[in-house]
Parts: sequence; C-alpha cells; structure tokens
Amino acid sequence: MNYLEVNDLTVTYRTQGGPLPAVRGVDLTVEPGSKLGIAGESGCGKSTVALALLRLLPKSAVLGGRVLLDGEDVLTMKWGRLRAVRWAGASIVFQGAMHALNAVHRIGDQIAEPILLHGGVTRAEAARRAGELLEQVGLPAARAAAYPHELSGGQRQRVMIAMALACEPRLIVADEPTTALDVMIQAQILRLIDRLIGDHGISMVMISHDLSVLADTCDRLAVMYAGRVVEEGPAAEVFAAPRHPYGQALGAAFPRIGDPASRRNPRGLPGDPPDPAALPSGCSFRPRCGVAEERCAHVDPTLWPAGPGRRAACVRVLDGTVEAPAARTAPETAVEETR
Amino acid sequence: MTIRTDGVAGPVPETAPAILAARDLRVEFRGRGERAVARAVDGVDLDVRAGEIVALVGESGCGKTTLARTLLGLERPTAGQVTFEGRPLGHRARELKAYRRRVQLVLQDPNGSLNPRHTVYDAVAEGLRIHHGTTADERERVAAALSRAGLRPPERFFLRYPHEMSGGQRQRVVIAGALVLDPEVIVADEPVASLDASVRGEILDLLLRLRDDLGLSALVVTHDLGLAWNIADRVAVMYLGRIVEVGSVEEVLTAPRHPYTRALLSVLPEGRTGEPIILTGEPPDPTRIPGGCRFHARCQVLASGEAERAGIAERCRTEDPGILSAVPVAQVACHHATGQDGRGSPG
Amino acid sequence: MSTTEPAATPEPRPAPRSPGPVDGPEGATASPRRLARQRRRRALARFWRDYRANRAGLFGLAGLALFVLVALAAPWLVQPADLSVTRAPGLPYQPPSLDYPLGTDNFGRSVLDLVIWGSRVSLLVGFLATLVSVTLGALIGIIAGHFGGATGTVLMRVTDWFLVLPTLVLAIALATVLSRSVFTIILAIGVTAWPTTARLVRAQTLAVEARPYIERARALGGGHLHIMMRHVLPNVMPLVLAQTTLLVASSIIMESTLAFLGLGDPTTVSWGGVLQDARNAGAVSSGVWWYLLPPGLAIALVALSFTLCGRALEGVLNPRLRDRS
Repeated sequence: MNYLEVNDLTVTYRTQGGPLPAVRGVDLTVEPGSKLGIAGESGCGKSTVALALLRLLPKSAVLGGRVLLDGEDVLTMKWGRLRAVRWAGASIVFQGAMHALNAVHRIGDQIAEPILLHGGVTRAEAARRAGELLEQVGLPAARAAAYPHELSGGQRQRVMIAMALACEPRLIVADEPTTALDVMIQAQILRLIDRLIGDHGISMVMISHDLSVLADTCDRLAVMYAGRVVEEGPAAEVFAAPRHPYGQALGAAFPRIGDPASRRNPRGLPGDPPDPAALPSGCSFRPRCGVAEERCAHVDPTLWPAGPGRRAACVRVLDGTVEAPAARTAPETAVEETR
Repeated sequence: MTIRTDGVAGPVPETAPAILAARDLRVEFRGRGERAVARAVDGVDLDVRAGEIVALVGESGCGKTTLARTLLGLERPTAGQVTFEGRPLGHRARELKAYRRRVQLVLQDPNGSLNPRHTVYDAVAEGLRIHHGTTADERERVAAALSRAGLRPPERFFLRYPHEMSGGQRQRVVIAGALVLDPEVIVADEPVASLDASVRGEILDLLLRLRDDLGLSALVVTHDLGLAWNIADRVAVMYLGRIVEVGSVEEVLTAPRHPYTRALLSVLPEGRTGEPIILTGEPPDPTRIPGGCRFHARCQVLASGEAERAGIAERCRTEDPGILSAVPVAQVACHHATGQDGRGSPG
Repeated sequence: MSTTEPAATPEPRPAPRSPGPVDGPEGATASPRRLARQRRRRALARFWRDYRANRAGLFGLAGLALFVLVALAAPWLVQPADLSVTRAPGLPYQPPSLDYPLGTDNFGRSVLDLVIWGSRVSLLVGFLATLVSVTLGALIGIIAGHFGGATGTVLMRVTDWFLVLPTLVLAIALATVLSRSVFTIILAIGVTAWPTTARLVRAQTLAVEARPYIERARALGGGHLHIMMRHVLPNVMPLVLAQTTLLVASSIIMESTLAFLGLGDPTTVSWGGVLQDARNAGAVSSGVWWYLLPPGLAIALVALSFTLCGRALEGVLNPRLRDRS
C-alpha cells in the first residue's frame, strides 16, 4: 500500500497569453517510510508538483488527475479536511527559510502555533513541545525565544524542519531544503532530515535541482523535464547509470572529484528548456538531445520499462527492452505492468 | 620547508611571475559599536599567474568575497597590498580606473548584475564607453565580445533586454561585458551558483576556453569544490579570513591534508568514498576569531584525540600556524598535517 | 554530453511581454546610433501600449492636451485689448449669454476670455515651478543617496528642514520679499516643493545602488558621474516623471492660492488672480456665480488631468505596480 499515490497529475496555469501546461501527466508513488526525490531544471514543473500535493497552488492553476494521500484524494477533498491533512497528514519545508518564517514572531511561538491549533493542548504544553522539537533538530530549547533574523541560514532551516514535524505528519514535502546553504551546513541538514525521518517512520518527497544530493538522500528518484517524469528508478542506479539522455546530461553536470574524465572538462547541456506554451513536436527533449533521431520528431515517448524497477521515456530505451511495438499505444500497458 | 615538484603540472609553469597578487592582505570592518572589529580577511598571500585559473574555495562568511573585492580595488585593505604585474595597486581614482580596464569582475547573480533598463548592447559597450568613449569600432568590438562569450550571431542579441533572456545567456552577457576591454584577469564571484545545473557546465566551459584561447587568468571564488575540479589549476581553501590550504587542484582535492579541506570533501554527495566528516556548528563570527589555530574549535583531528596522541594538541590551541606564502607549491596551515609529513609548512 | 561546440546557444524562447527584437538585414547592418534610435522607438511604442490600457490616464491626457492647446492658441482666441479694465467690451456682471458664454466680470470683461488667458500663466507657472523643484529634488536626492556619509547626512538634514517648514508660509514670505512677478511665484513654489522629491529620489537611489549592476559598473571603472548618470538616473527617472505630473497639479493650485491671497503679479491674468478679483468685487455675496465658478473649475480640472496622468504613468513605469495587475 502506497502512502502517496499520484495518478496522471496535470497542472495548467491560466495566463493572459493562454493556458500554460506546467505539469503534463505525472505518476508518482511513495511507500510508507520511503524517500522519493524529484530532480529537474528550474521551470520543469517540480515545484508545481510539490505544491499540488498539498493543493497549495494559486487560483490560476487548473488541476487534473488524482493525488491520493493514504487513499484520500487531496484534489477533491473538502476544505476543512484539507486543513487537517496539511498539518497531520503531510507538511512542507520550503527553500527560502527566511521568507517562510514570520519575522515578527519568536520561533518558539511559530512552532507552537500549529500544535495549539490542532492538538487541543494548553499553551504551556505547546511551548514545551516546541522546545522538544527544537532539541530534536539540534537547537537548544532556549532558542525558542529568538526571532528569525537572529538565526543563521542553517538554523532557520532547522526551525523550518521543526515546524514541519510539529503535528507529527506522515509525509514531508521538502522543496529545495538545502539550496541556499553551504556544503557543510547542507550535510548537517541532510543528516538531520535523514535521522528524523528514520526515527519517526515518515515518508518524504524531496525536490531539488541537485541530482547528487537527491541520489545521496533518497531511495527513489524521478527526473522531470518539461512537466513530465522522463526517468524514474532506484536513486543510486538512476544517478550512476541514467538511461534517458536528459538524466545523463543532468548527472554529468555534477563532477565527481578525482574522476579524470571531468577534470578540466565541465559538462553541461546546451540550450534552454522549452517554453511550456510552445512545446516541440514529438519528444519535448529532442531540440537539446545529443542522440535525437528522425523518429523523435514524431513519437512522444511515455515512461517505458528500462530495467528492474526503472522506467524511462525515450524511444531508445524502448528499442532495447521490447520488440518494437507501436510506440504510441504500447507504453500505457507497460505502465500497468510495472505497478 | 621542502618544495614539492611531483605535483601534476598545470598548463602554467611554476616559475611564471604572478600577474595579480595579494601580500599579507588584511581587511577589517568596524561595526557601529566601535569595539568589535571583524577581520574579514586576516592575512592572505595569494598569486594568480598569467594564464592560470585559481579557485578560492570556502563557506559563506569566510572572507572569500571580501578578498576578491579587495583584489579588484572595490575594498581598501587595512594592511598589506595588492600588486598587479609587480606594481602595488594605487587607490586614487585614475589609478583604479586604469587598473579596472585590465582586471574584470563577473558576479554571481546575472539577473542583478545587468541593469534592467540597458540592452545587451549597452551592457557590453559600457566598459568601452567608460574607458574610450564612443569609438568608431565600438559595434565590432561589442559583436566580437558577444560571440567570444558564445552568443552568436551577436547582432541578434544587441537589442535584447536582460528579462528577455535565460539565466545562462545573461551570464554570457556579463562575461562579454568583461571581455570587451581585453582584460588580462577575470575575477569571478560564484559565477554559476545561481544557474541551473545544465547551464553550469556551459559557463564553466566558456571560462576554461577563454583561458585556452586568450590566455586569460582567472580567480574564481566559489563554495563549490566540484567547480574547482572542473576548471581550476590551483585551489586555495579559505577559512575565517585565512587560506588554510593551497596547492594544485590534484594535490588539494585528491589528497587533502588540512582537516577542514578533508571534511569539506567528505560531505560532497557525489561519488562519496568513506564516512562523511560532518563538522558541528557553523564557522565563528569574524569578530571572534579563536586563538591558536583558528579551526581548532571545530577540528575533527583535535576532537578525536589524534592531535593529543601526536603531542601537538597544545600547539593547536595556542600557536597560530601562520600565513601560507604565495609560492606555487602545496602548503597547509595545520600543525598536525605538517608535523605528520614534515612538508609544506609555511615559511 | 560534452559541449565542445561554442556557438551552441539556440534561439531562446520568445519573451512573454514583448515580441522580441526583429532580426534581419537592418539588425545586421545598422550603426550603434541607429540601433539606439530603433531601440528607443520600440521602448516608446511599448510604453504607449501600456499607457493606453489605462482609461483614466487617457482622460487625463485628453484634458491636458485641451488645456495646453487653449493656452497656446489664446492669442488667437482672445483680443488682448478686451482684457483691459478701462476698455472692457461688455457691461459689468452680465450673466452668461451668446455674446459672453460665461458672462462678464465687474468691469464688463468676458469671463471666458479671462479664463482662457489665465490658463497661460497658470500652466506656465505650473510647469516651470515643477521643473525647478523636480530638478533640484532629483539632484539633491541622487547626490545624497549616492555619496551617503557626511554629504548625504547634511543634504538630508537640509531637506528635512525644508520639509517641515510650512510650504505656504515660506512661499508667502518669499513672494512678499521678492519683487512681484510671475518668476517670483515660480521661484517661491520651486524652492518649497522639492524636498518630497528629494526624499523619494534618495530612497530610490539607495535601492538602485544596492543592486549588483552598480558593483559591476564600478568594477568596470565607472566613476561617480558615470554611475549616477548611466545607472541611477535612468532608474529614478520613472519615479521623477510620475512625481513631476503630480507636482504640476499642486504647483498650479499653489500659484492660484498665492494669486488668490494677492501675492501674484497684478498686471497679469491668472486663474487665482481672477478668483481674487471676484472675491474683492463681492461676487460671493452678490451671487455672481459665473465669475467664481469657471476659474475654480479650470483649476480643479487641470489638477485632475495632471493627477490622472501621473497615476497612470506611475502604474506604467513602476514595474512593481504593473506586475500586480
């Protein structure tokens, strides 16, 4: 039984210039206690997916598909139930810890607030619990009296994590939790997240542009491009041996120190992601793909089995694993098989 | 002190003279309260030789950006000096202006470092106009700089505004604006930190090619050790206002000797080998630099008792390991490392 | 994938707002000067497109155009001789009629003629006084913001001092001390109205100076003048422009106030002056509404037009306000 199950999620923003498809059919599953990483460039729709999981998107967004949290569809949930789910079912850790914290309240009060709202406890009890949570994230309980500006970036991120844990959620959505932090602080935060998740048996969805961080932290990895998942599988394998050309390019962007191949040889991916309002025909990665073929202009590949527990959306993967069925119809059945 | 010659040779001979150098450079800031003095740069000797890419690596707050700004003359050193081609840098307006024709800055955030009201043409031509006024060949030079920065055909970009371009293209415009004056040195402060991973490689590749094609020297300030591995010839690791380890990229990054460098390398997620050394806490405030070795309070060698066993724990706490000199050999400012192998102690 | 091909920069996606630069032969052969002209034309077109979307701004602009046209055409619309007190064409206090659409004043002059002629002085004073105050304010604001330190502090203290002085009292004092002329009024208004602009411009200057492109310009070797002229000024200009239109309205009101208080130049006709004449002649108590109302309405309408334009400009030029729409 999966704790989180996303089926064919679509998000389209209504804009003045017409509809803008940000997420175009995403399927994801997270088992209880497991960690899923979503990687991709800015604008690939990964943050939109994160927000859609808790229905935190602006009004201009039109959602489709299903987001099942413990069997309940978040997208059709009543408002009151959704509020309860946002605290106790799943909570979110944002990247900009400075802006996500209220500058004029003490951090202890900010952590205690959801406990007071949802727990039916006394003020003193909530404050005690806030102190406990601070200790858990590695800050002295006495820091509860501090204001956000008195903390460093890493400490603020710890406070954000304490807030996310306040109502003992079963799923944490972390959107770029370490992006603005130094490597050492990043390592501290990642280890903290890892420990807390293990202790509490929480599931996690972690969003980052940094494939290496995700590979290091998560069990499974999904790589997004232009609003779709283009590659998915066990984190270590996807990072070490990506099947999709985009996954390969993204992985190569993070050099391994000591690897002679990347010494004095930085690698990137030419070009920019496509404009969601004007996607290229066929495979949306085709214009930037180094191994694109003639047929890529006609076939829009969906996720296809690419080894045990792995899937990738590339016609070349299709060739390697199955005896060339019609590419347009076959992948649907393939998706069924891998579940 | 023994001079190592077995390091992997970079493209620049070790005897080449420094083009841009810092000598015992110190920069202090005094807060409003008068009493706390922040020693942002606390004694640094560093050389950038012609045609060499030096990476200055460190965490935020270690003084690396202040050091870069001081090298550019944007900050006045409290003590010590910056020399360019052997001559000390003067801080009179005319001297600085002449200097800034030859040493250029590339900033981290390409969104912010371009004036939103200037077109690409104006942004690139700005340096030319400052130093030469409007010249007849301005258009050719702007076009040449843009195409050298990888924006081709350049005419197509002339009239674009920054908001009409992607982050990578904007950073190329910033680099073109630096190239248009045919500088000898580029100082780049986190040139790819705000760019997507896929674009990162592109921009680094450009910097590397500029060195190969034009013989440009570069000082790249970064927190990203992978960047140093990707493009730099030499790397200097900075901690709390001082360089604690310096040497060729191969020496420092594959066989780090300073405990701080070792810790930094161990926590990199990509291709990890061995147990990560996660230092506790954060670097202290530059107003409160600890006595003795400035790293001793967080040092894993001292904490594990290894320094005690080597009989140097007392020195770690009380004796400053000193300032590393600018000679192009691997050096480390650590009592334990130098005591262990007896090489590369500061002069 | 290794990226050894240097020119691997594909055509970027089109920008959402503007259609993007046109490529082609003109882009390839044009001189920088022509490029600059082209660019300016395009920026202007974009500006006009944004401005046009603001209905209130269009009304303001239309009203403004009308008043300016009338003021410029006044010598043809009105015989200056008809404004003479001694040789007035009509009888005193005639109500509106076909001959005198807005009636006549206590000397028998046409009120319409007076209002038309008065627009010249009112607009002139409004524009020139604003020019003086905005120039002064922008200059002081930019210098104070750019240099900071002691210079900035001293300049801002002076500004604060002017800011807390009651404007009207200062203007009255100046107008009484100096000789009575239109230019005295301009000076009086100009000298008293600049501090708000200075404050505003200084705040904006500080915001601009904190941007990385200022650091880049300095690292490129740009001096104080370069940074102030090439970077700060273009970025505070929108603010100054919007401020200007708003100030013109208040300058015209100020001029009318001073003239109404009898501090204007008695030899010229201005709206405030007409109002004062009307009051002196007892128009208020005798119910001669056509003597009072037209100049009063003219002042209100012109001020309204400028304010509408100013608000619209503010909306178009300030990206933060614009993005919110």
